[in-house]
Amino acid sequence: MDTTRTLFLPPGGSTVAPEVDALFNFLVYVAIAFFVLIMTMVIVFAVRYRRRGPQVLTPGISHNTALEMTWITIPLILVGIVFVWGFRGYLKQSVVPKDALEVRVTGQKWFWSFAYPEGATSINELVVPAGKPIKLLLSSQDVIHSFYVPDFRIKRDALPNRYTITWFEAPRPGNHHLFCAEYCGTKHSAMIGTVRVVSDREYQQWLESTSASGTGMSAVDFGAKLYVSKTCNSCHSNDGRAMNGPTFRNLYGHDVEMTGGGRVIVDENYLRESILDPRAKVVAGYQPIMPTFQGLIKTHEMDALIAYIKSLSPTKEDDGQPAPRP
Amino acid sequence: MDNQPPVHSYLREPSGLKSWLLTRDHKRIGVLYLIGIMTAFVIGGVLALMIRLELLRPGPTLFTPDTYNKIFTLHGAVMIFLFIIPSIPAALGNFVLPLLIGAKDVAFPRLNLASWYIYVVGTVVALYSIFAGAVDTGWTFYTPYSTQSTTTVTAMTLGAFILGFSSILTGLNFIVTVHKLRAPGMTWFRMPLMVWALYATAVIQILATPVLGITLVLLILERLFGIGIFDPAMGGDPVLYQHFFWFYSHPAVYIMILPGMGIISELISTFSRKTIFGYRFIAFSSVAIALLGFLVWGHHMFVSGQSELASMVFSALTFLVAIPSGIKIFNWLATMYKGQISFTTPMLYALSFLCTFTVGGLTGIFLGTLSVDVHLHDTYFVVAHFHYVMVGGTVMALLGGVHYWWPKMFGRMYSEFWGRIAAIIIFVGFNLTFFPQFVLGSQGMPRRYFDYIPEYHSLHATSTVGSWVMTIGFLIMAAYLIRSFSHGAIPGDNPWGSLSLEWTTTSPPPTENFAVTPQITHGPYDYDQMTAASTLARHGTGAR
Repeated sequence: MDTTRTLFLPPGGSTVAPEVDALFNFLVYVAIAFFVLIMTMVIVFAVRYRRRGPQVLTPGISHNTALEMTWITIPLILVGIVFVWGFRGYLKQSVVPKDALEVRVTGQKWFWSFAYPEGATSINELVVPAGKPIKLLLSSQDVIHSFYVPDFRIKRDALPNRYTITWFEAPRPGNHHLFCAEYCGTKHSAMIGTVRVVSDREYQQWLESTSASGTGMSAVDFGAKLYVSKTCNSCHSNDGRAMNGPTFRNLYGHDVEMTGGGRVIVDENYLRESILDPRAKVVAGYQPIMPTFQGLIKTHEMDALIAYIKSLSPTKEDDGQPAPRP
Repeated sequence: MDNQPPVHSYLREPSGLKSWLLTRDHKRIGVLYLIGIMTAFVIGGVLALMIRLELLRPGPTLFTPDTYNKIFTLHGAVMIFLFIIPSIPAALGNFVLPLLIGAKDVAFPRLNLASWYIYVVGTVVALYSIFAGAVDTGWTFYTPYSTQSTTTVTAMTLGAFILGFSSILTGLNFIVTVHKLRAPGMTWFRMPLMVWALYATAVIQILATPVLGITLVLLILERLFGIGIFDPAMGGDPVLYQHFFWFYSHPAVYIMILPGMGIISELISTFSRKTIFGYRFIAFSSVAIALLGFLVWGHHMFVSGQSELASMVFSALTFLVAIPSGIKIFNWLATMYKGQISFTTPMLYALSFLCTFTVGGLTGIFLGTLSVDVHLHDTYFVVAHFHYVMVGGTVMALLGGVHYWWPKMFGRMYSEFWGRIAAIIIFVGFNLTFFPQFVLGSQGMPRRYFDYIPEYHSLHATSTVGSWVMTIGFLIMAAYLIRSFSHGAIPGDNPWGSLSLEWTTTSPPPTENFAVTPQITHGPYDYDQMTAASTLARHGTGAR
């Protein structure tokens, strides 16, 4: 059911795309037809009736009711057709099929999180099986965001005070861009994710691996994976560079100055508190912009992440400075 | 044609700065507004160039994301509130309205001056917000982002609130002027179509602007005292703000475009030397647009979570607005038929308008179509669409109007050669800037993005180059317009051979506009019955 790329539209990747594209293309043809008609008249009249000599009287054509009714009626019929066609497509985009798989989508400055029926979660990557309708139950933790997948021709605002709903069915496996389309601040244009459409079998495997989360991996390795998948890496470097947040390199075990005075030794409990309640104690020099991960991170994931952050602080012999004692 | 400008012109008598700052002459107030909006246009234009520079290539180019967000917010706010809304009604409208209907001034000259001062105060407050750190919310100030933002939202919205009063009072003044001050014989259907357009605009200014004022006050109260009307934590609703905001801001789109359509009617008739085709249809379509414009605000909210039923009704009403706009386009074309068309600078802008406004109107159909709008909403397609309407429509008409009435306003002619060159360069640069944005948007590029995925690079780069071409056109224009004050030829009272009333007095007019109150015996477009020479013979040449 995919449509092919045109000058204007990206290749369609959902079951509603062909209908939207057909109407879009119809509008392009109608628009070109009217544009060419109007421009031809402008050019023909401009050339044919260009001023050649001194001012003379011109024909006093004041109106022509039949002609005027014509250019009222024809556009009226055309917009009538377009209106009904557009409304039918909109209903298709809005009415969710009964057997749809439900995914909870949460927009938050500046990432998307997804919660699947089986208890799995993911961040900035929505993984769905091909050929199955997916219902998205959208909400926001802060300001208004908008869930937009151009290839699917769907978009829906995520609001802080209510659920909004949209749905799609992607017939074939593939990757699609996910954008935030409602302006939400500093990293609005970086609030980009992927919709990964996979076969049913791959989807089941992915669910298992995500839910089992880290079995067979060391805590540090699993933490390193979470560091990327939970998007910690978009604000915290692991190599000493300062980004929106402090680097994780040489953070654990060190004595850090807080906004508003006071110092804190970074230990397991400080890290845990910072993940669940990031604005409680903010490192001096940084804005309190980190969102809470309360409910988005499980206990064993927390353990693994802390283990990973600890692994980024070399022992005191390595950095040549004694770790301060509490 | 004389070689000296008339002695008794509003420009010279009385003289002195004080006489200008305390003037009650609608023409001087029009000129004061013109200075204001041109200043705003330069500020907004520089901000636009900064936006395009940042988007020249993906990734950070010149600014941080926060700075970029402030720049596009200020570009929108300055261009909308300080430039385009007052542009044609307050600047050109003030100058020409009494002249067009044969009046000595507007109905309330002191109120008119007060409107200008309110505009200045609002502008100063808005500019203060820029220097105090600037706003980052987008010109739409959507909640809850705007209630949480730590930037100077309060100062900027207060500025917009104050500017609203200027707009309301100007609208009030114009309505009373049109009702009460028409010269003897100037019946409603002998009024130039520019007057109908200004009248319809004034109705919207009076009815819609208070809603914006109330909305902005609520926003300020929410920020200062947390009253909770838009705050979900206190039972408020952020989407309510969008309804309030667009209840004004969609009609405001017609505040911007309707007077532009009025200018185009004047230009096409004058430079085709032809009776306007379908006068009544054009006049009533202005009123129809003004009224329908109040009922379509929800088409900005098809994906906001408003009910599907509401969306359906808003979509249907939106399509109805297309009909009167289409009537105007076809009537202008029919006016050109069998005319005597000359390609002066103002007419080139009118022809540019026919091309670019048509594109703007046709792409509006895409956005009114529910299923297609779901894909296009908040993308560059919308950005391209409203720039085709606002710049390709209103600004083209404004430039046409400024060039048309320039000899009337200042008694000097600019260089026609450079005028045409600049018009062509601006037309090319405009299309180069904004057409690629239609493609970008339909491919999925969201608006208000500091950065973008590499696929969109070449179209963004083309758009940026277009913005430079447009700038060259505007610089040429600034140069020849400024030069015209000292070196411009003296044009005579009626350089274009127009039949409309303002050309029967001297250029520039005396303070009282007409030496004797004109008696109107014919319509402004009776090119089938008389030439400009015969009108002059009938009216005399005004004050000289």
